[in-house]
Formats: sequence, structure tokens, C-alpha cells
Amino acid sequence: MSERQITLEVLRYRPESESEPVFQSYSVPCQEEWVVLDALNYIKDNLDRTLSYRWSCHMAVCGSCGMVINDNPMLSCKAFLRDLPDHIRVEPLHNFPIERDLMVELDDFMDKLKSVKPYLIPDQPVAEEDGTYRQSSAQLKKYKPFAMCINCMACYSVCPQYGLNEGFVGPAALALAHRYNVDSRDQGRRAREDVVASNTGIWECTFVGACSEVCPKNVDPAAAIQQTKIASTVDYFKDLLMPGKRDKSGNAKQAAGDGA
Amino acid sequence: MARSNKPIVWGLFAAGGTVTAFFVPALMVVLGLAVPFGLLSPNDLSFDRVYGIVAHPLGRLILFGFITVSLWHAAHRTRTTVHDLGISNDGITMFICYGVAGLGTVLAAVFLLLL
Repeated sequence: MSERQITLEVLRYRPESESEPVFQSYSVPCQEEWVVLDALNYIKDNLDRTLSYRWSCHMAVCGSCGMVINDNPMLSCKAFLRDLPDHIRVEPLHNFPIERDLMVELDDFMDKLKSVKPYLIPDQPVAEEDGTYRQSSAQLKKYKPFAMCINCMACYSVCPQYGLNEGFVGPAALALAHRYNVDSRDQGRRAREDVVASNTGIWECTFVGACSEVCPKNVDPAAAIQQTKIASTVDYFKDLLMPGKRDKSGNAKQAAGDGA
Repeated sequence: MARSNKPIVWGLFAAGGTVTAFFVPALMVVLGLAVPFGLLSPNDLSFDRVYGIVAHPLGRLILFGFITVSLWHAAHRTRTTVHDLGISNDGITMFICYGVAGLGTVLAAVFLLLL
């Protein structure tokens, strides 16, 4: 195994002693097959125990270790050193308040995820004795790509709309809403539209597409948002032409299977 | 949260994008390549022939739809680009962009009716 000396320039922020984030450099002896997370772990274990960052699975599944590496938001467990130069700059995800070092505040994102009702909303309550859902592979294929999100927030880090307006629900949460909207078991699109089709929902997106470019799981949030725009536009004009169709809760009566 | 009224302009924007994506390349092939390279005879695009197509009620209707949705597409895209550039004066931007598109819609209707 060959060893490579790499300089890691890490953005540090310790709110109890610093008013502004500052860069700190570490020289790390790295193995060629390491990822950036391994180098950070080396720093934590051998050079500086005060460095704070989040990680868990080390296999691009948990979504905890999203950070900006040489200006690109990525999972540090998927950022192979063999693909990077000898000088690597590591920063916390952009567009979020820094909590400490490479850790950002998650509260806003978590609230937004919850706000889009990311769970199945069937027309009729489903009981255990009803048995299992039946779903064809074609129906599964419709939503599966949008179900791959691991909430790493890389898309929020590059989204210019989220940077301009922090009220924007954002790519991952809107893609997740779309994932349920196009699920054949779900009839909750109308219930989600109060948030999804508001001025801070899909309509804030101007289709820059950066979210889809950086997603480490190949979710395509930009496509999800555009598809939701089409469905919401159809709903908008339906409501305008047939205002009596909506019940008191604001949910329109829908035929089963009309989830797209 | 209240649902947005943006579907109105976005509907025109989406229609304009789709229509121009399909028709502009075809127009470019016909006008920019087929005629100059002699694939079409110049007589095929003679004034009388094109006028006959455009002045037909169906021709006017199609042309009106094509021009207006393209204008609204450009207007909405310009508005969002201004927003992307960080200029937050949305009221004025909307007024100018949609004003130009609205004026273009009226002018297109007038000229097509007077053809």
C-alpha cells in the first residue's frame, strides 16, 4: 500500500472561542485507497481530538457525512483521495448555519422534511386484516428513484434558491413529497399541496438543476420538482374550473390510483 | 400555507418551452438549411404561398398560440433569471416581463386579425 502526504485544510468553528470560522491545515499521511472521511478520522485519532464532524456508516448509506470538499458538496465517505489533489479543502455544507466545525444545524431541514407529509396517505384507512398492498414493478419503478434519498443535504448546499430564500422547502423534501405522490398506494397529493404548491414550495424553484448534479444517490430532485409542477398546475386549473370538488379538509375527492 | 397562483404563468411558460423546443429546430432546418442548400425550391416559400398559410384562420390561430406562449415563456424565464441573479425587486421585474409579454400578446392578436 502506497502512502501519500495530503494537506487537509479544514474549516473550524468553535463558537465558545471564535466569532468567525477559520481554516486550519493538517498534514495527513494517507493510504491511496482512503476516502476523505478516513483522513478526517486520522486527524481526530492522531492529530486533533477537538475536530467535530458527523459520520456513521462509512458506506454512503446514512447520509451523515455530507460536506463541501474542494467546493463540491459530497459524502466524505465517497470522496476517494485517488480522485483528489494533494491539497484538499473541507468545509461544512453551504447555506446552513454552522453548529461546530463541519457540523451544520439540521433543524430547518428536519422541519421541512416533516412538513411535506412524507408517508403514505391512503384514501381509506388500511387495517392489518386488509392484507398486503399489491404493486406492480411498473408502479414501483415510478417512485423508486426518488426513494433513494439519504438526506445528506448536498442538494441544499448548492441550491441557489435555498441560498436566497431560506423559507424554500428545498430539493430533497420536495423530491420526497413527489416520491409519495407518485406511489400507487398513496392518494395524499392534495394534502401535500398546501406546502408543496405554496410560494415557498415547488414554485420557488427556477430549475437550475444543481441539486440533481451533486446528488450522491442519483436522485433527480429537479425532475421531481418539475413533474410536481405539472401535476399541481393541472390541479390548480381543475380547482378553478370545478371548485365544488374539494371537501372541507381541503382535499379533493380523487379516484383511487389517480396519484400521478 | 396558501397555494400559489404561479400555475397561471408557469402553465404558459411550460407550454412556450415545449412549443419552441419542438418548432424552432424545425423552423431552423427549413429556413436556415433546406432553402439555402436548395433542398426546397424558393417557390415553396414564396410570399403568396406563405401568406396563404398564415392568413388562413387556422394558420392565424396556430401562429397566435406559438407567438404568445413563446413570449410568456421568455417573460417568465427572464423573471426567474433576474431572481437567480439575486435581484429581489420581483414586483418591478414582474411588471416589465409580463407587461412586455402582455403587450406582445395584444399586438400579435391585432396584427394577425389585420392580416
